[in-house]
Amino acid sequence: MSSRDLVLARVRRALADVPRTERPSDAPVDRDYLRAHGDRTTEQTVDLLAENLADYRAIVHRTDAAGLPALIARLLAGRGATSVVVPPGLPAEWLSATDPEEVARIPDTPELTPHDLDAVSSVVTGCAVAVAETGTVVLDAGPDQGRRRITLVPDHHICVIKVPEQVVDSVPQALERLAPERPLTWISGPSATSDIELDRVEGVHGPRTLEVVLVEG
Amino acid sequence: MTGTYLGMPAFPEAAAVSTKNTRLRANLRHATHTIRAKRAAAVAELADWERLRAAGAAIKDRTLRHLDHYLERLESTVTAAGGQVHWAADAEDANRIVTELVRATGEREVVKVKSMATQEIGLNDALAEAGIRAYETDLAELIVQLGDDLPSHILVPAIHRNRTEIRDIFTHRMARWGRPAPEGLTDAPADLAEAARLHLREKFLNAKVGISGANFMVAETGTLVVVESEGNGRMCLTLPETLISVVGIEKVVPTWRDLEVFLQLLPRSSTAERMNPYTSTWTGTTDGDGPRVFHLVLLDNGRTDTLADTVGRQALRCIRCSACLNVCPVYERAGGHAYGSAYPGPIGAILTPQLRGTQSELDASLPYASSLCGACYEVCPVAIDIPEILVHLRERVVEGGPASVRGTRAVIKPAKGHAAERAAMRAARWALDHPGVLRAGQRLASRTRRFHPRRLPGPGRAWTDTRDLPAVPAEPFRDWWQRTHGDGNRSEGKSTT
Repeated sequence: MSSRDLVLARVRRALADVPRTERPSDAPVDRDYLRAHGDRTTEQTVDLLAENLADYRAIVHRTDAAGLPALIARLLAGRGATSVVVPPGLPAEWLSATDPEEVARIPDTPELTPHDLDAVSSVVTGCAVAVAETGTVVLDAGPDQGRRRITLVPDHHICVIKVPEQVVDSVPQALERLAPERPLTWISGPSATSDIELDRVEGVHGPRTLEVVLVEG
Repeated sequence: MTGTYLGMPAFPEAAAVSTKNTRLRANLRHATHTIRAKRAAAVAELADWERLRAAGAAIKDRTLRHLDHYLERLESTVTAAGGQVHWAADAEDANRIVTELVRATGEREVVKVKSMATQEIGLNDALAEAGIRAYETDLAELIVQLGDDLPSHILVPAIHRNRTEIRDIFTHRMARWGRPAPEGLTDAPADLAEAARLHLREKFLNAKVGISGANFMVAETGTLVVVESEGNGRMCLTLPETLISVVGIEKVVPTWRDLEVFLQLLPRSSTAERMNPYTSTWTGTTDGDGPRVFHLVLLDNGRTDTLADTVGRQALRCIRCSACLNVCPVYERAGGHAYGSAYPGPIGAILTPQLRGTQSELDASLPYASSLCGACYEVCPVAIDIPEILVHLRERVVEGGPASVRGTRAVIKPAKGHAAERAAMRAARWALDHPGVLRAGQRLASRTRRFHPRRLPGPGRAWTDTRDLPAVPAEPFRDWWQRTHGDGNRSEGKSTT
């Protein structure tokens, strides 16, 4: 008997008390929990997102579409970045104020090895959705976000969220918008650990600096 | 402490030693009290917590009652998404499968995400025997591995170590495993984390094979979920060419939507955060992004035996948050190692004796590692009635009886060492069934009370090692009632009601 058949046979024997006629949907699951916590205007939801992101040590900036290129240029210069990974579908205007001579563009291609990425200063991406109640941005490897590794190996991540359209209140609302077949990365603040005496330290293996830009319009 | 649970003493003996370790006691007290308060605050933010908790329990119960259905569904969705599914009946089976998969890649080194399942089956030792080095990459697991130690907490496995001990371990041991610790390393947590970052980065960048567990597997979509903080999980899940995930069969949930419950319950219960820093989900393989080969090893290793027990089954709802450890007065004082398995604390006290059976002295002692105060049940995000299972397992230890062992029905013999308890209980049952005997016995006890010893002799001694023998009153209650409320007073008493 294969291990597969053995395990499944054991499961069925263990469930001898479950009536044969019972279907999975017969076991009740009451979903009377809330779809969102609290009643907020769109503006308040965006404010809550900013507040919760900052609470977990992300650096939050707010601007409009016209101000975005200059802000990104300033953030990269502020870090002394010499190179930036660019996802294939990142809107060209986002980096239009960043001098390619000073900050080299590294396109996200499959040839880019982890070692190559380790030598890059920063990465700029969009996002799929952001969750206000938890201060979370979710990446789904879409064209303006690139492969998962580009937001992992460089030490500085600038993530742009279009507000209010990319912002939802809650985890249940976020899951509704996301496609399970895409690889997802949920990010709530920079990487952290509490492994030493439960003392929280930001920045272990992922980017130690997470800057989030909320762009209106 | 050496890196194995084999041959560890029963809980009372281990605890008798660990409770005298004042540094361990101080480290644990500090850590568990800090996180307790934080968890309470994080949970209080959600007005519907109790409803989420009930939904979490109900989803898990639905899954468990139809586990065969959901496992087959999961197998087909993972396979359709490009993954390969393997089944392991026990630890040996799982270790053999993983070893063969790693061998097939030609690699001799793997990077690992913290995983309770691989800790449970002793995968690292099995790989080492095959000449494969497994690098733990979670900071606490790294501390444990470098220190040739064992984890003592589900969430923070090195909770028993303080910063100075960690600094010493890094300074003396890192060089053996790769990049040495920086010169003049201090014991500031930020510096220690930086040392770990540097030490592990070269491993991540060169890794060809990653090994993980998973917090959830979605049957409907074939999606796996890993919830973490440091980013070592993301490194292991996305940089290697081959990913092998070893996951217990009870980790399956029916639908994508079900994650809306667990992704709210888990972080707040575990790290007391609204959301943990990183959550990764993946469905099979994705062209050009992440591993090209994905293996899922579904692990039984005693889970079906647990499933067969209609009382104990609910332990399989566990999402490994560790909230029960942090509130447990016994865990706080005894520490995690005394539980002798990868699963310490209250959940370990009910899970280990079900996964491994109650045959060994250690495993038979675990259901007693509790004061039955119920704090664990109160904080459990999937409402596992841990005290109920503890009492149920105590009964199995003392009385024996039918249980599932490696998938077959067996009758467990009563454990040794409980003969006196059984005899005392039988005597009590007989006395309580015979009022005359009870009355005579009580009167005798009252009249001889000045001669009663403080501690019981013979087989009763163990019981009074940690308890005072109750004082016997000068007069039995029934005699006192008869004397003060007897006959003449009875009708008066009635008229007032």
